[in-house]
Amino acid sequence: MTTTTAQLRASPLDALQRWLPKLVLAPSMIIVLVGFYGYILWTFVLSFTTSTFLPTYKWAGLAQYARLLDNDRWWVASKNLLVFGGLFIAISLVIGVLLAVLLDQRIRREGFIRTLYLYPMALSMIVTGTAWKWLLNPGMGLDKLLRDWGWEGFRLDWLIDPDRVVYCLVIAAVWQASGFIMAMFLAGLRGVDPSIIRAAQIDGASLPRIYWRVVLPSLRPVFFSSLMILSHIAIKSFDLVAAMTAGGPGYSSDLPAMFMYSFTFSRGQMGMGSASAMLMLGAILAILVPYLYSELRSKRHA
Amino acid sequence: MHSPAQKPPLSPSRIAIHVVLLIAVLLYLVPLVVMLLTSFKTPEDISTGNLLSWPSVITGIGWIKAWGTVSGYFWNSIMITVPAVLISTAIGALNGYVLSMWRFRGSQLFFGLLLFGCFLPFQTVLLPASFTLGKLGLASTTSGLVLVHVVYGLAFTTLFFRNFYVSIPEALVKAARLDGAGFFTIFRRIILPMSTPIIMVCLIWQFTQIWNDFLFGVVFSSGESQPITVALNNLVNTSTGAKEYNVDMAAAMIAGLPTLLVYVVAGKYFVRGLTAGAVKG
Amino acid sequence: MATLELRNVNKTYGSGLPDTLKDIQLSIRDGEFLILVGPSGCGKSTLMNCIAGLEQISGGAILIDQQDVSGMSPKDRDIAMVFQSYALYPTMSVRENIEFGLKIRKLPQAAIDEEVARVARLLQIEHLLARKPAQLSGGQQQRVAMGRALARRPKIYLFDEPLSNLDAKLRVEMRTEMKLMHQRLKTTTVYVTHDQIEAMTLGDKVAVMKDGIIQQFGTPQQIYNDPANQFVASFIGSPPMNFIPVRLTQQDGRLLALLDSGQARCALPLGVAADDLDGREIILGIRPEQITLGAAEGNSLPGIRAEVQVTEPTGPDLLVFVTLNQTKVCCRLAPDVECRIGDSLNLQLDPARVLLFDADSGQRLRLASTGATAKDNVAHFKGR
Repeated sequence: MTTTTAQLRASPLDALQRWLPKLVLAPSMIIVLVGFYGYILWTFVLSFTTSTFLPTYKWAGLAQYARLLDNDRWWVASKNLLVFGGLFIAISLVIGVLLAVLLDQRIRREGFIRTLYLYPMALSMIVTGTAWKWLLNPGMGLDKLLRDWGWEGFRLDWLIDPDRVVYCLVIAAVWQASGFIMAMFLAGLRGVDPSIIRAAQIDGASLPRIYWRVVLPSLRPVFFSSLMILSHIAIKSFDLVAAMTAGGPGYSSDLPAMFMYSFTFSRGQMGMGSASAMLMLGAILAILVPYLYSELRSKRHA
Repeated sequence: MHSPAQKPPLSPSRIAIHVVLLIAVLLYLVPLVVMLLTSFKTPEDISTGNLLSWPSVITGIGWIKAWGTVSGYFWNSIMITVPAVLISTAIGALNGYVLSMWRFRGSQLFFGLLLFGCFLPFQTVLLPASFTLGKLGLASTTSGLVLVHVVYGLAFTTLFFRNFYVSIPEALVKAARLDGAGFFTIFRRIILPMSTPIIMVCLIWQFTQIWNDFLFGVVFSSGESQPITVALNNLVNTSTGAKEYNVDMAAAMIAGLPTLLVYVVAGKYFVRGLTAGAVKG
Repeated sequence: MATLELRNVNKTYGSGLPDTLKDIQLSIRDGEFLILVGPSGCGKSTLMNCIAGLEQISGGAILIDQQDVSGMSPKDRDIAMVFQSYALYPTMSVRENIEFGLKIRKLPQAAIDEEVARVARLLQIEHLLARKPAQLSGGQQQRVAMGRALARRPKIYLFDEPLSNLDAKLRVEMRTEMKLMHQRLKTTTVYVTHDQIEAMTLGDKVAVMKDGIIQQFGTPQQIYNDPANQFVASFIGSPPMNFIPVRLTQQDGRLLALLDSGQARCALPLGVAADDLDGREIILGIRPEQITLGAAEGNSLPGIRAEVQVTEPTGPDLLVFVTLNQTKVCCRLAPDVECRIGDSLNLQLDPARVLLFDADSGQRLRLASTGATAKDNVAHFKGR
């Protein structure tokens, strides 16, 4: 083995070149290790302490988690997440797929229409929330408009109805994100092999049936990516709640992200806040890990 | 899926398709239209009319008042967004270059860790980050926000560039190395000139994300250093006195116009960013 | 121009993984054209990358002009390479592509311009200098890639399957041009290909590789006529060599191979009998063009009657397939031979050209003396 002699002969400039890629990547590596994983660890540790307004490193075991699970607001927030998330994902998918399928039919000005469907994604959730808060204003918003147009006695006070306020969040979120789902599915549809469609047509199937039984099932990867992204948006939803309802009325429209912010920064309950952040991470991992696992497994079999 | 050559005949089903699409267009446009209309009304008009009623007098007082309130924060957003976009894009480009063409032991692992980082709920890092900013003396400053946005934007920018550079044939780098070019020369003279599409995507994506951010703004800044999203939220959700919806809507428009304009002008890059970011590793 | 020597070159990608290159040993003289040929995954491209310095070797040494360059970076080895995909810098013009390496070496602009002009004239690409690679055809891109290498005037040229991306007709043209250019410039060249015709026509020396090992290193004629093992014999030559499993027997002090065509049987004399070979089953190799039509019985060469199963007229030849020892055997005959499926042909096999291989290892078996000459008496008998 003459590898050692080989290395000896390398000039110092060569050695620098060999180290350069590592040097360039090093700052980002440090940032990622510290700022991502290091901080998560820190928060994890904090969730086991008795911290309130300031971090104190007194061991509290699972006390913070217990308090969390004992906290009615946390349960409301979690339940809201399921309702909001479920409706948001389902409706966005349905609308997105429907619009993508319709747009796939060789429509004139397809590009222009697509741009119109997608523009809400360019807006901040705060702007979206503000707009929809106004639109859903009980008394001056949509209900007044519809009453003026002839629908006597129409009332839309979901925004102040504790049982229905979550639906307002859903409406605003669907408005923002469904265009994105449409864009993803449209791109997927464009990648479908046209000979499969022709084969089905020769077999005598009608176009809707072809879409339903042949085309859409072949877009499963797009479906799963969309599911992942929508779940991600749902779990992280903070801006929308802050703008539209601030969690209200009371805390009936609270979501975990809002809860965490509120308890950590406004109410001086860092320990509980950290615990809630950890639970949010757990929720994301619960969705992410099976997805990645199935992706890796399918790639290995492919 | 279909060849764009022929135009299909007009039939009831095609008319139905167009109708549905048109309704969808209206539904997507209505909130924007309402915001615009409301912003140009007087408070009296708002209370007497409805969402879509035409203003009796088209006035800009809502806008003037809104600008007066939020202009400082608008500039804050610019001071935060522009440097953060440029820095995170530059670092992402270099990282993507290393990860795709100068792979070494551990670089794939790092990429995996980075990819995972795209999924982080930021709630898990808010507290430690704010401690750190405090220690660095950057709490409640625009520079502090720039730092935060650069750090947490790295994952996406690196992903964009790495996925783009992976499609450049390795033989190109090999040929350059044989020609005698080193690490930075190859980047500057060969890779960078080819990178225009992805640079555009990255700039536009980052601009949209950072300008629209609220979470980091509300946690890491206060008072004078707040970005416009936070200012907007404060404006709209304070309940002192009678609500002036025209001002609220004008402020919302001011906050939303920059990213909306970027979208209108360079929308295709935005879409590419969305779909590129969505197609994971 | 320079000599190239590879001494015991080894390469692994990690402990626990099998060696990609095992004990590579070869050497070529100044101005020689070396071909590395073999199937996908044999390690030829890896070996080329190691010679270029793009990958590090795990053991052994690479010497250019008797100087050990094993630890040097690519740019210090003074090597130029032409890639299969040409790897032209897409955002630069043809001129800038050719200049790139020269500019990095800080040549004065006047010298650079002179080189570009020389190379452009040589390759007839003067009219393309201002264009970008995307505006060039495949053949033009290939020339520019060569120009980039030529302008550097390196010690050694490396070609990594440069003709693979061209269509068949262009490939044949370029092959001839490459040969002409090599004759003119007398450059030391290492050329990787999977095409055995390129290997035969272009090389001064050929190294046939498989699984990271050099199976045989020699001139094209040596490789063709005297292959070291069954793999080399099967890889070079088209249509490929026939491999017939035969059983050896002894008679009258002579070693015989038994052939059975279903219609007739024949014992092919191979040479002096050897006791350790008696009764053994081995592989007999014979090239399609070495099977000829026998004029009539009683001819000097051993022959056998066999039934025609398939005919393939190719234009310049007629390929006829028969069955010997239950194996499909291809015979290359003159195109004007008249025969149809089902016809019986008298086929002659020249024992002097026949090759013997061990049935398990594929290694070439060499007998103590050469096989029977055409004049020898032949024992063949008709069956049934």
